Amino acid sequence: MYRYDSTDQRIIDERVAQYRDQIARHLAGELSADELRPLRLQNGLYIQRHGPMLRIAIPYGMLAARQLRKLAEISRRYDRGVGHFTTRQNMQLNWPQLEQTPEILGELAGVEMHAVQTSGNCIRNITTDHFAGCAPDELVDPRPYCELLRQWSTFHPEFAFLPRKFKIAVNAAASDRAVIRAHDIGLDLMIDEAGEIGFRVFVGGGLGRTPILGKPIRDFLPRRHLLSYLEAILRVYNRYGRRDNMYKARIKILLQALGVEEFARQVDDEWSYLCDGPTTVPDTEFARLAGHFAPPPWETLPAEDLAHSRRLHSEKAFANWVKRCVHDHRTPGYAAVTLSLKAPGAAPGDITDEQMLVVADLAERFSFGELRVTHEQNIVLADVRQCDLYEVWQIARRHRLATANVGLLTDMICCPGGDLCALANARSVPIADAVQQKFDDLDYLYDIGDISLNISGCMNSCGHHHVANIGILGVDKNNEEWYQITIGGQQGNAAAIGKVIGPSFYAQEVPLVIEALIDVYRENRSASERFIDTLQRIGSEPFKARAYAGRDRRRVAQVDSKEKELVDA
Amino acid sequence: MPRIIKNENIVEDEWRLITLAAGETPTDVALPNAWLLVPLAVWLARREELVARQTPLGVWLDSHEGPEALASDLDRLSVVGVHFPKFTDGRAYSSARLLRERYHYRGEIRALGDVLQDQLFYMRRCGIDAYVLRADKDIEKALAGLRVFSDSYQAAVDQPQPLFRRRSAAEAA
Repeated sequence: MYRYDSTDQRIIDERVAQYRDQIARHLAGELSADELRPLRLQNGLYIQRHGPMLRIAIPYGMLAARQLRKLAEISRRYDRGVGHFTTRQNMQLNWPQLEQTPEILGELAGVEMHAVQTSGNCIRNITTDHFAGCAPDELVDPRPYCELLRQWSTFHPEFAFLPRKFKIAVNAAASDRAVIRAHDIGLDLMIDEAGEIGFRVFVGGGLGRTPILGKPIRDFLPRRHLLSYLEAILRVYNRYGRRDNMYKARIKILLQALGVEEFARQVDDEWSYLCDGPTTVPDTEFARLAGHFAPPPWETLPAEDLAHSRRLHSEKAFANWVKRCVHDHRTPGYAAVTLSLKAPGAAPGDITDEQMLVVADLAERFSFGELRVTHEQNIVLADVRQCDLYEVWQIARRHRLATANVGLLTDMICCPGGDLCALANARSVPIADAVQQKFDDLDYLYDIGDISLNISGCMNSCGHHHVANIGILGVDKNNEEWYQITIGGQQGNAAAIGKVIGPSFYAQEVPLVIEALIDVYRENRSASERFIDTLQRIGSEPFKARAYAGRDRRRVAQVDSKEKELVDA
Repeated sequence: MPRIIKNENIVEDEWRLITLAAGETPTDVALPNAWLLVPLAVWLARREELVARQTPLGVWLDSHEGPEALASDLDRLSVVGVHFPKFTDGRAYSSARLLRERYHYRGEIRALGDVLQDQLFYMRRCGIDAYVLRADKDIEKALAGLRVFSDSYQAAVDQPQPLFRRRSAAEAA
């Protein structure tokens, strides 16, 4: 993975010194709370319901074992021994002290980490495929491009105070695992007939209040132009994006207002001045960056390990885990492993300090000392020998890291919600917990098969509920928590935004509604159909009807006019 | 005389900032006998009158006004101001870069408005070289804000070569 040189390290050390000084000036009364806010946000520090929350950057999800050990130590020393992985592949600490945050950033800098631009109206952490470098369907490793973008976006002087946050994701595989069209800029790596690497550029995707998929504005951008072209997009957005209303400030609103063609024309016009300038990236830089992501020294192994195959027949629990949590690898004899952070009773994406140390050990012993954080809030060990899978499973299982539910109903994406987050309208973790309790039978989960269920505690949609087969959104009505359900969303190449099924439900109803939706699927599916396939074939009406059937016997939601708007939208 | 930061020093300022009070229009606002930094609207309305004064000229752009409007006038202007109505409004960073990089303006670019220590580094990188610090802030202390980082990744006005070009040059040497 990428290792800092002396310049990278110096810049991050100087950032820590700058932040330390800002906090000191704030505590001395020289920097007001309003003046500090954007500065601390661009260092990942929120002030939350119970106090500060620190969001630590994990660039494109890559972590070294020594970095995870440091996170374990930090979470123990400065927090409550728990970290939370987010959909931007970052880690959040929920209980640090404001006064200690400069120290924490200093500790992070010691292991080439930071919290730069994990919040604020700037370019955020770049995300990508958690199987980068090992996926069989990958064209080229996306990580050198992510690192190029990380460096370019870090402390970009022109784009530190954009109208709103700005998210970029990169996909370089046949199957998009980075939800690129849900980002302000989605980059889809392609290789043209001449063998040149470039990107299809999507702009204006985003979830939040106005969920929309990104639109392509350029079909093939040669890679050397990546930064100058993005600079042109960002400049058009910085100058003309709305700043009068934070709900209309994302680039997707500008794109809608101008129309895709006019937006693309303005970008091209701007780009005509920047194209072929000094920001053009030479091949030597791509080669330098690619050198940091050279494949690990894989051994030459048989495609099938016989002992492993035998265990698949003799141990059902192991076989189930392999089926759900072990993934194909481009190298014979190797596999990628997902360690599920969705064990029953655990908040999705949470990891204890002790688990962090276990994962660091597993990475060191079995996966060349590296791991990845997924946007689905799990961990991936990318390069495990097939013959080691059994031992990995045994160790992971002892530490509740081997729940065999990846891609199943209980592998929920879930934001921290109203228990911790100041923005949330409703709690989300108790809903996740109730779903886990209702669907605690693994055989039943296997029978339901591939499905996604995501939960957000508010319209900001950190839990990606819009792109889930079943999405749950917490809403506040007269100081009560209610939950709106969407169905039909999905990630991947066929990414789609789910549709609201009707008036929202109160918390206790949610697991019953999920069960009703699942029942309709099970009654109507053909043998090979997933939930989303059946839904697309028979339409949403049967699902809606069942979800609200008999509802008059329970407490019924008053549909207020605001909600009607949402339902109609 | 008020003090500003200019080229990393604190200097006495000669310029008088003209703003339009409620009810004033570009055509009737009084233009006293001094070096004036006038709003774009005043410049556009009274260019000939201002040029005839034979004093150094300055125009300032509000955050929603682009440098395009001044493109053909820049060689007459000693100062172009860029206004930050709030420090979180980042449009003037683009304006400053465009002034330098597209229109090759070599006069002073002056940050006006909500100008604070913690944004000076980015302003300097974008080609702003004079800073009217917000009046309630300590201008001496704010100087430190110009030199927070010893290097940067991106190309900008202060360093037209991105780090990746300088890195490879250093390796080749």
